[in-house]
Amino acid sequence: MAGTDVPQTITLAKGLNQGLRAAMEADRKVLVMGEDVGRLGGVFRITDGLQKDFGEQRVFDTPLGESGIIGTAVGLAVRGYRPVCEIQFDGFVFPGFDQIVSQLAKLHYRSQGKLPMPVVVRIPHGGGIGAVEHHSESPESYFAHTPGLKVVACANPVDAYWMIQQAIACDDPVIFFEPKRRYWDKAPLDLAMPPLPLFRSRVLRTGTTATVVTYGPTVRTVLDAATVAEQDGHTLEVIDLRTLSPLDLVPVFDSVRRTGRLICVSEAPSEVSLTSEVAARVSQECFYSLAAPVLRVTGFDTPYPPAKCEEDYLPDLDRVLDAVDRVLAY
Amino acid sequence: MPSRNPPSSHSSPVPVAGPVGLPDSLVGTAMDIDGSHTPEQVIAGLRATSEGEDLVQLLTPEGQRVSHPQFELEISPAELQSLYRDMVLVRRADREAKALQRQGELGLWAPLLGQEAAQIGAGRAMTPQDMAFPSYREHGVAWCRGVDPTEIFGIFRGVDQGSWDPIGTGFQLYTIVIPNQCLHATGYAMGQRLDGKIGDAQNAEATICFFGDGATSQGDVHEGFVWAAVYDAPVVFFCQNNQWAISASLDRQTRVPLYQRARGYGFPGIRVDGNDVLATLAVTRWALRECRTGNGPILIEACTYRMDAHTTSDDPTRYQVAGELEEWKLKDPLERLRVHLVREGLAESEFFDGLAAEADELAVRLRNYCISMPAPGPERIFSKVYAEPTPTVDAERDDYLAYHASFTDVGGAS
Repeated sequence: MAGTDVPQTITLAKGLNQGLRAAMEADRKVLVMGEDVGRLGGVFRITDGLQKDFGEQRVFDTPLGESGIIGTAVGLAVRGYRPVCEIQFDGFVFPGFDQIVSQLAKLHYRSQGKLPMPVVVRIPHGGGIGAVEHHSESPESYFAHTPGLKVVACANPVDAYWMIQQAIACDDPVIFFEPKRRYWDKAPLDLAMPPLPLFRSRVLRTGTTATVVTYGPTVRTVLDAATVAEQDGHTLEVIDLRTLSPLDLVPVFDSVRRTGRLICVSEAPSEVSLTSEVAARVSQECFYSLAAPVLRVTGFDTPYPPAKCEEDYLPDLDRVLDAVDRVLAY
Repeated sequence: MPSRNPPSSHSSPVPVAGPVGLPDSLVGTAMDIDGSHTPEQVIAGLRATSEGEDLVQLLTPEGQRVSHPQFELEISPAELQSLYRDMVLVRRADREAKALQRQGELGLWAPLLGQEAAQIGAGRAMTPQDMAFPSYREHGVAWCRGVDPTEIFGIFRGVDQGSWDPIGTGFQLYTIVIPNQCLHATGYAMGQRLDGKIGDAQNAEATICFFGDGATSQGDVHEGFVWAAVYDAPVVFFCQNNQWAISASLDRQTRVPLYQRARGYGFPGIRVDGNDVLATLAVTRWALRECRTGNGPILIEACTYRMDAHTTSDDPTRYQVAGELEEWKLKDPLERLRVHLVREGLAESEFFDGLAAEADELAVRLRNYCISMPAPGPERIFSKVYAEPTPTVDAERDDYLAYHASFTDVGGAS
């Protein structure tokens, strides 16, 4: 891909694949490890072809155990490697949660910098693919709540390509969320366009009616809603958070000071979540600018339901537009 | 009442009979879940793991050198003295730490008492390029790696969370969540193999991981064993079976002798007298060499005894069985080597007198250093949370330090 001048249209999955490839070419310490990432190329084919090109020493299938994946990655990082771990699905990360929270997140702090942990943990997250249980969850708040971790969520193919490389280059542990139902979204990738730094949010669309903040799989939902809202004469300012820890809320504050209204959208349950954090911070920083309470459009505070219910569970275009009506009613 | 002895090395690991496929010797034990056992049964169980034909021993509790067909050890009088010195000094540091805790100078202490031979033997078997991943009681291994006891004290005084250089010393930070370090050690060993450090060369490397009998019930030991086996990782799993996981005796953790578990993972397991420093040295030296040359992993079960509490917050009189401690005092790791040195004329009284004085000096140095260790300031809270600082933590630090300073300003002094 490198060296071509013409922007190439890629899927989000391909963006991740090409980004991983570029990171592995740039640094021989980068390893790719996880269940089925080698010969199969991962259940979503994100690591397709990497083992063939970089060998079984750098791209390897692990035994089936998430604590083992994260724990050995910690040891490899102590040894000077930069492991990229694939967790197959969001709901399967919890056997590795202890290693992530107790060790990966803390070793740099405990050692006061003597043990950096440049480990990336890739997790496909979110619903919308008609899957069975434990394959559709949005666990990002657990990780954003853990000091020592950095947490990001890509939402489009171009970000996928750049953000995975930036996450691998970061000397801190990065939990990297991938919106699995957007893996096949396409966009042109222009390598001449410099990427935004990793830990920055981005205004995707400007507007004056209200600010809508989201991340991951619901970014496209909100952009679609903004297009429809325009027909009603409402211009929505859409912000993709991209980084969930640390949060980059300055663009959000700037926006809310202009619009006076904020809607937060996420698939995750609402209580004690990233949307609650954004609401709290905005109420603190933009108190006198707010013309209405911060509204949230989220998944419900239930376990993820059977797949036949997920169209109702997941925030969709209509629920976002309904929130726009409600936030304007104040 | 059926026997509740922890399984001995003589019991067959292969299920042969019984209603749930148990060997005859264990029939009844699985059904007996009331947790009760007589003192005689506990003592018998402790004996079962510290004696028997499978136990590698080179120095008896009475101080007699014995031979072992697989593990011979050529060792000079000076080396014997050096091992004894290490054990005396780490025991003295350990006793001083306990006293400091009782006087309020340390918040907590995890005593080493009784496990000196297991740790000094294993620690001295390491070469400088080997890497150790400890639990939180490996003060003896730390000593062997050149980590000063004051650095261990810092953790228990609450001034830091492990201040030594974990790479340069070849001794990683203590790990309190049991036993996360088994996976770290395995991953590190996988890295040693990736780096091509396996073989006969002088700079060949191996890893050693320390954990206890209680840890063997945790999933991370299982996954560590699986990963290490699958990747042929050059790692020695060194299990100090000190008989107690706080108040839980070994029969709460296992039905088979721990060293026999290795067979199920496809690598060798060996049981060594953990109170015999010559045996732990010889066996660990062998195991590390095997790993360096590509024959890892290996499990060592060092049978020893925790002669003090789990930590200073623990009260072993609530669960220890009368007579148990006395039994193990007869197997004391220091005493047997002292007797050997004296009886064989390998050390003069000047050596013991000099060592006693050195131990006293060490204790004074540790005490003085400990009580003068300054508490870190509030800025320490925010220090090096990340390799690449974040605005969130930076802002919290600035806000809090300004708030903190506001008290100083009001009165002119804090």
